[in-house]
Amino acid sequence: MAKLIDVSDLNIYYGDFLAVEDVTMTIEPRAVTALIGPSGCGKSTFLRSLNRMHEVIPGARVEGKVVMDGQDLYGSDIDPVTVRRQIGMVFQRPNPFPTMSIYENVAAGIKLNAKRMKKSDLDELVERSLRGANLWNEVKDRLNRPGAGLSGGQQQRLCIARAIAIQPDVLLMDEPCSALDPISTLAVEDLIEQLKLEYTIVIVTHNMQQAARVSDKTAFFNLAAVGKPGKVVEIDDTATIFSNPSQKATEDYISGRFG
Amino acid sequence: MSAPTTDTTRTAQPAGSSRAGMREHRLPKWAPAAVVGAALVVAVLLTLPFGAPVAGVAVLTAILAVGGIWLASRIVEGSRKATDRLVTALVTVAFLIAMVPLVSVVWTVVANGAARLDVQFFTHSMFRVVGEGGGALHALWGTVIVTGLATLISVPIGLLTAIYLVEYGRGRLARWITFLVDVMTGIPSIVAGLFIVAVFALLFRPGLQLGLMGGLALSVLMIPVVVRSCEEMLKLVPNELREASYALGVPKWRTIIKVVLRTAVGGIATGITLAVARVTGETAPLLLTVGLTAGLNFNPLEGKMATLPVYAYYQYTAPGVPPEFAIERAWTAVLLLIALVMGLNLLARVISRVFAPKAR
Ligand SMILES: Nc1ncnc2c1ncn2[C@@H]1O[C@H](COP(=O)(O)OP(=O)(O)OP(=O)(O)O)[C@@H](O)[C@H]1O
Ligand SMILES: [Mg+2]
Repeated sequence: MAKLIDVSDLNIYYGDFLAVEDVTMTIEPRAVTALIGPSGCGKSTFLRSLNRMHEVIPGARVEGKVVMDGQDLYGSDIDPVTVRRQIGMVFQRPNPFPTMSIYENVAAGIKLNAKRMKKSDLDELVERSLRGANLWNEVKDRLNRPGAGLSGGQQQRLCIARAIAIQPDVLLMDEPCSALDPISTLAVEDLIEQLKLEYTIVIVTHNMQQAARVSDKTAFFNLAAVGKPGKVVEIDDTATIFSNPSQKATEDYISGRFG
Repeated sequence: MSAPTTDTTRTAQPAGSSRAGMREHRLPKWAPAAVVGAALVVAVLLTLPFGAPVAGVAVLTAILAVGGIWLASRIVEGSRKATDRLVTALVTVAFLIAMVPLVSVVWTVVANGAARLDVQFFTHSMFRVVGEGGGALHALWGTVIVTGLATLISVPIGLLTAIYLVEYGRGRLARWITFLVDVMTGIPSIVAGLFIVAVFALLFRPGLQLGLMGGLALSVLMIPVVVRSCEEMLKLVPNELREASYALGVPKWRTIIKVVLRTAVGGIATGITLAVARVTGETAPLLLTVGLTAGLNFNPLEGKMATLPVYAYYQYTAPGVPPEFAIERAWTAVLLLIALVMGLNLLARVISRVFAPKAR
C-alpha cells in the first residue's frame, strides 16, 4: 500500500514568517527517507506539512503542491482528515492518551472515529499492530492497564502501534528516538527496517548514525541565517550523502564541522 | 571480589567524615510541643489575676510560644535554624487564626442547630404550623429544585462557552466574551436577582415569584464560575493529545468530545460541583425571585417556593411569638445548608479522584 509522494515548490508559513522555502523532492515508496539538518531549519515543519498537521497551528499555511496518488493533498476538494488517515504520524515525545488503556490506545484510531468493528476483528488488529511495533510480548498480559504506565520507550512503540493500526500508506516520524535509551532506539530502528517493507517512511533525526543506518534516501535541510527560511540543500541516496556529498555544506554538517 | 570491597571502604570514608562535619545540634522532636505547653502554663498564670480569659490566654500563649521556640532554637541550633523555626511558627499561628472563624461558625451552628435536627424537621413543612414543631422539608426541596434548575441552565452554556474560548475562539469575539465573563463574575448577587425580577416584570407581570426565576437568577451567578473553571481545565489538556488525535484522522469535534473532554472530565465535574456549592447558599436573589411559602411546592413554573437560606432568614427575622421555636428552626436550616455545601465539596474531591488518569 506504500505510496509515492511528490512535493513541488512547497513554501511553508507561520503567519507571515516563511519557515521553509521552495522544497521539491520525491519521497519513494517502500523506503525510508531521512531528514537531517541543524535545529530550526524546518524539518518538523516540512514533515507536518506532508499530512496537513501544519495547519492545525493558528495562522499556519502552505503554498505549493504535495501530490500523492495523482491527487494534490492541498487541493480544495481534499479533506485534511482523510489525508491524515492515509498518512500517519509519530511525534517526538510519546503521547499516549492518558485516559485510555494500552488496548484502547492502539484501537484509538478506530474508536475515536466511531468505526464499527467486530470485537474479534478489533482484538486481532490490536495484536497485529502491537506485534508490528515490537511491543506485543511486553504488554500482552496487561492490555487493560493504562498506557501511561509504560516506560518511555514502550510508550513510543505504543504510539507507533497506534499509528499503524489505522493502516496508513505513509508513516511520518519526528525524532522518534530522541527521548529513548539506546536499547529502545535499536528496537525502534529494527521496527523501521520491518515497516519499510509495507510503508513509505519519512523520519526526522539528529542522529547521523541513525540516518545512515536506517534510511535509503537522505535530505539535508539548512538555513542561510537565523530568521531566513530553511531550504533543502541536497537530497540523494543515503550512501552518497554520507560518503560523497555534492555540496560543501552537507559535508561540513555530516562531519560535524558545523551547527 | 576484593576490588569492589576496597572501593566501597574508600568512598565510605570521606562520606562518613563529611557527615560528621555536618552533624549539628538539634532540638528534640518534642521540643515545640513542650514550648507551647510551657507557654500555655505561663500565660494562664500571668492572666490568673484577671480571671484567665480565653482570648487573652490564647494570644499570650501564641506570643510566648513563638518567642520561646525561636530563643531555644537560637541557643541550641544556631541562627539559620532559628529563623526557619520562627517562620514555621508564624505560619502555624497564621493558619490557626484563619481557622478561628471557620471553627467558630461550625461550632455555633452545630450547638444551636442540633436541637431541632430531628425526624420531624425532614418530614414536615411549615404548612399550618404555628409555634412549636414544623420542619424544612419544603425548603430542602425548594433548594434542590432551584439549584438543580440553575445547574441545568448554567452547565451547558458555561461548558460550551469554555469549549468555544479554548478550542475555537480567536480574535475579537473571544476577547469580548472573556471580558464579559469577567464582568459577570463581579456582579453582586442582589443585582442578578433584580435583573430577573425586572425581565419577568416586563415579559409577564410585576410581582411574580417563581422557582424558575430563582434558577435563572442563580445561573446568572453560576455561568461565569462554570466558564472560568471549565476553561482552566480544558487549557490543562496538553496540546500533544489533540495533535495525537488529529494525526489519527479524527475530526476536531470528535477530538474535543472524546479526547479533550474525556481527559478533563474530572476537573470539569469538580469545578461544576464547586460552582453549585457556591450558589446553594445565595440568599438575596432568592429573596426577590422565589419568595417563601409554608407548604411544599414542586412546580417551579407556578407559585412561590421555599428555599433553605430564605427559610432561615424569615424564621430568624420574623419568628412570631414565642420566638424561640422559629429561631431554633433557623439554626437547624443553616446547619443543613452548611452540611449541604460541605457535602458538595467532599463530592468534588471524590469526583476528581475517581476521574484522575491513573498510571498503573
Ligand atoms: N508554532 C510555531 N509558530 C511560529 N513559528 C514556528 C512554530 N514552530 C516552529 N516555528 C519556526 O519555524 C522554524 C522551523 O522550525 P522547526 O520546528 O520546523 O525546526 P526543526 O528543523 O524541526 O528544528 P529541531 O531540529 O530543533 O526540531 C523555526 O524558525 C521556528 O522558530
Ligand atoms: Mg523538530
